[in-house]
Amino acid sequence: MNLNRRHFLIMLPAAAIAWEHVLAGTPENSPNYNTADHWWGMLIDIPKCIGCGNCVRACAAENDVPDGHFRTWVERYHVTDYDMVNPQVISPDGGKEGFPVAEEDAGKYFFVPKLCNHCADSPCTQVCPVGATFVSPDGVVLIDQTYCLGCAYCVQACPYGCRYIHPEKKVVDKCTLCYHRITKGLTTACCENCPTGARQLADLKNPNDPIHEFLKTHHVQVLKPQMATGAKVFYNELDGSVR
Amino acid sequence: MSAFKNSGHLFRFALLFVIAFLAFLVLRNFVVPKSFGKFGHYRADAIGDMAAKPLHYAGHEACEACHSDVADMKKAGSHAHVNCEACHGPLANHAADPSITPVLPDTAVLCVRCHAASAAKPKNFPQVSAEDHSNGLPCQTCHKPHSPAITAGGAK
Repeated sequence: MNLNRRHFLIMLPAAAIAWEHVLAGTPENSPNYNTADHWWGMLIDIPKCIGCGNCVRACAAENDVPDGHFRTWVERYHVTDYDMVNPQVISPDGGKEGFPVAEEDAGKYFFVPKLCNHCADSPCTQVCPVGATFVSPDGVVLIDQTYCLGCAYCVQACPYGCRYIHPEKKVVDKCTLCYHRITKGLTTACCENCPTGARQLADLKNPNDPIHEFLKTHHVQVLKPQMATGAKVFYNELDGSVR
Repeated sequence: MSAFKNSGHLFRFALLFVIAFLAFLVLRNFVVPKSFGKFGHYRADAIGDMAAKPLHYAGHEACEACHSDVADMKKAGSHAHVNCEACHGPLANHAADPSITPVLPDTAVLCVRCHAASAAKPKNFPQVSAEDHSNGLPCQTCHKPHSPAITAGGAK
């Protein structure tokens, strides 16, 4: 964009005002955000995922995720022939730097991005002895890191392996569904940076959200439905070999 | 003879319990955060703490407020749904203070992240083997990143 000094100076206050607007307020004092009006989830469209790792890098940058730990990560499945129970799964550094090139081979390949499922009946929140992790009124599983003891009961309780103990803070950490972004009307860092639209934030309480039409018209699954966790990360065309 | 003649020690003991219970209530009042239990068995203010964390990615709406020319060019091409910061990286600091100049991304790294050929990728996604495809030339010799289809006259 070609700007001369005059136009640049004219645009500065406009940009500043726009940005102030984006940053306006916490849920308590923001008139636009009411926790009772939302019920957050996510849609992951498996056939669109190219395994570029943009979501993993974006998540790490947005949330200061320490190296070697992941709030979201991408797995590559390789199912040969009919052997559904023994898929070969790789996730080098969580898929942060992409995946090794796969040569044309027998069987099928696909990528499965994973993150906290923000379960409505979450096993992780039930085991916390001090009330440091909870499901917020808008359906996001959050951690109060000032309350957490670091006992790691929840790390064991999560059936999806989404929690880790932060190596420096010594308290538990995991995906917050970018709570600081979604309460300001922005999408999550991973959805914002997914180049193919394979990840989409969904507000299940918003009747105009395209998620409702999508769920009606596609073959959608959650991970480990038999555990009745009330998972709210919906996977389109999830293969039966995924665990 | 009163039934309570020798029971003074019981009252003293009961008083001790009452004092201990009151002390517990006072202490509890100090150590339990005010918002604890407002929505459930947790500190309700933790929700506000979470929401107040700083942004690193400004979001494409913030970019498009100033860079509408790039947004328009992008809308017409096949990268229409690739948001700005997916390639340019987290730029909330630039959105807050436009005098901070972002680093220009290196297409040699960037393009192949998505477009390197691999049997694992969806078949309908455009993929190339970088060595065979470009003969070592940088991608932007032919493709404009904001509108990658090759038009007559090449990249601008």
